[in-house]
Amino acid sequence: MIRFEQITKTYGKRLVLDNISCSLPKGKITSLIGPNGAGKSTLLSTISRLLDADQGKIYLDDICLDDYKSEDLAKRLSILRQSNHIDLRLTVRDLVAFGRFPYSKGRLTAEDQAQIDKAIHFAQLEDMAHSYIDELSGGQRQRAFIAMIIAQDTDYILLDEPLNNLDMKHAVLVMKTLRRLVDELGKTVVIVIHEINFASQYSDYIIAMKDGKIVYNDETDQVVQAHTLKEVFGIDFDIISKNGKNICNYFNIET
Amino acid sequence: MKQQNKIIVLVLLMGTIIALFMLYNTGPNLDYVIPRRAVRLATILLVGVSVAYSSLIFQTITNNKILTPAIMGYESVFILFQTVIVFIYGDKTFQVITHQDNFFYAVLLMMAFSFLMYILIFGKSKQNIYHLLLLGLVLGALFQTFGQFLQIVIDPNEFSVIQGFMFVSFNKINTDLLLIAGATLLGALLFGQRYLKYLDVIALGREHAVNLGLNYNKLVKIYMLLISLLVSVSTALVGPVTFLGILVTNLTYELFQTRKHHYMVWLCSGIACVALLLGQFLVEHIFNFSTTVSIVVNFVGGLYFMYLMLKTRKAI
Repeated sequence: MIRFEQITKTYGKRLVLDNISCSLPKGKITSLIGPNGAGKSTLLSTISRLLDADQGKIYLDDICLDDYKSEDLAKRLSILRQSNHIDLRLTVRDLVAFGRFPYSKGRLTAEDQAQIDKAIHFAQLEDMAHSYIDELSGGQRQRAFIAMIIAQDTDYILLDEPLNNLDMKHAVLVMKTLRRLVDELGKTVVIVIHEINFASQYSDYIIAMKDGKIVYNDETDQVVQAHTLKEVFGIDFDIISKNGKNICNYFNIET
Repeated sequence: MKQQNKIIVLVLLMGTIIALFMLYNTGPNLDYVIPRRAVRLATILLVGVSVAYSSLIFQTITNNKILTPAIMGYESVFILFQTVIVFIYGDKTFQVITHQDNFFYAVLLMMAFSFLMYILIFGKSKQNIYHLLLLGLVLGALFQTFGQFLQIVIDPNEFSVIQGFMFVSFNKINTDLLLIAGATLLGALLFGQRYLKYLDVIALGREHAVNLGLNYNKLVKIYMLLISLLVSVSTALVGPVTFLGILVTNLTYELFQTRKHHYMVWLCSGIACVALLLGQFLVEHIFNFSTTVSIVVNFVGGLYFMYLMLKTRKAI
């Protein structure tokens, strides 16, 4: 379980995270939603040690993040940020192989090779394993990075806007892959996501943030309600129930 | 061409050019010519390896293929240091300070400069690497202008002593200095060897490097120190030669597909040595010392640099 207590972070004078505490359940997908500038990405970066918080503590399985060695933490928790522009000529398989670095330090063992193959298979990238990443489409490249994270084989996987700039097909593929990571492999996935319907369809819990504070933290169906979403985003929502999941319409709503 | 064939070609090319460099047009006085050429050869190999090694590391940690450590102002520090001692001691400089001591102080000073910049940038808050570059650029310009100011003030005869440091030359090396520089380089290479594997990951960028468990800030500090050591070896030996770095690193990226730094540093070093040897050979036998190797290398390097800029623009 990831637990954080009284996290505060400021950029210059702007307060981005305002003394927030919460815990993220194990073996579930938790989505962080909220308007731009609410502090979602900052929170995710803080939890994953990419950013240092000004105040507050983060615990991974009840041990403070500062007490982990960085290389050990890399076997427990992984993070993928939204901008993944890499100016290197690598094949998908080379990229996925980097996920094994915390274990092998660059000398791949037979077990590493097996894990790499498994990750490529899991992300359904077999047919492009030997393509160069700079020749792939944005969606394929994003899936290649996710395969790298899968090869890293951590219990906790944090993703910052994994659906950014993806078309519907790749977005669904990515979300299904994440769902399978949780259901089949028992991973814990935390994502920052803007597309509310993807959050509603695929996540177990939703944390809604606004102005550096957590305003809702509950099961998906409890948060995806017209009045809660209106409070978070400031626009009207029309909630449609389909196959036991909520779908939100926020286009052309007469008020 | 296959990778292996390219490596074989590179090795053959290197062998040929070394043989040519040592044995072409020796004249009758072999006992005189060969040892002197051997010293120059050893110098070129030392400089080639330091330039290639430092530029490759620098480009990897900055994720930028058109930078060399020259941007950090190490060479300005070196020139300023030389200017200051000539300013103090005048034309008696090298009666007061031996070349070995001079080398030693220059290396120490450049490393101190590197460390100072690192502390300024990473000491208080976690700034990114571009702040470090910017600071290096600004301080480099400051030292350069200050050096130029002193150069204008001093006696023209003494200025000619400084000029000796400002241009790359492989003809002024003495054997003792070569041994010290060689030992320094060997030490740096041995020290750097265990950190090479992390460069493969750092090439992915800071966030991926942290995600994969690297202590990014500590590693960058180590690499910056290593770079300053290597740059000071090459600069103190022959003068400002890091421009060569752009040429040889980019040739390495173009020619070889590998991105394992364990291999890349040696391929890049090989290319750097071939380029320098070829340049020096042309200077000695074709131009009859009417030009310097830095002009030859910078001319070719400059043309290649423009080609790279145009190519990059086309890609966008």
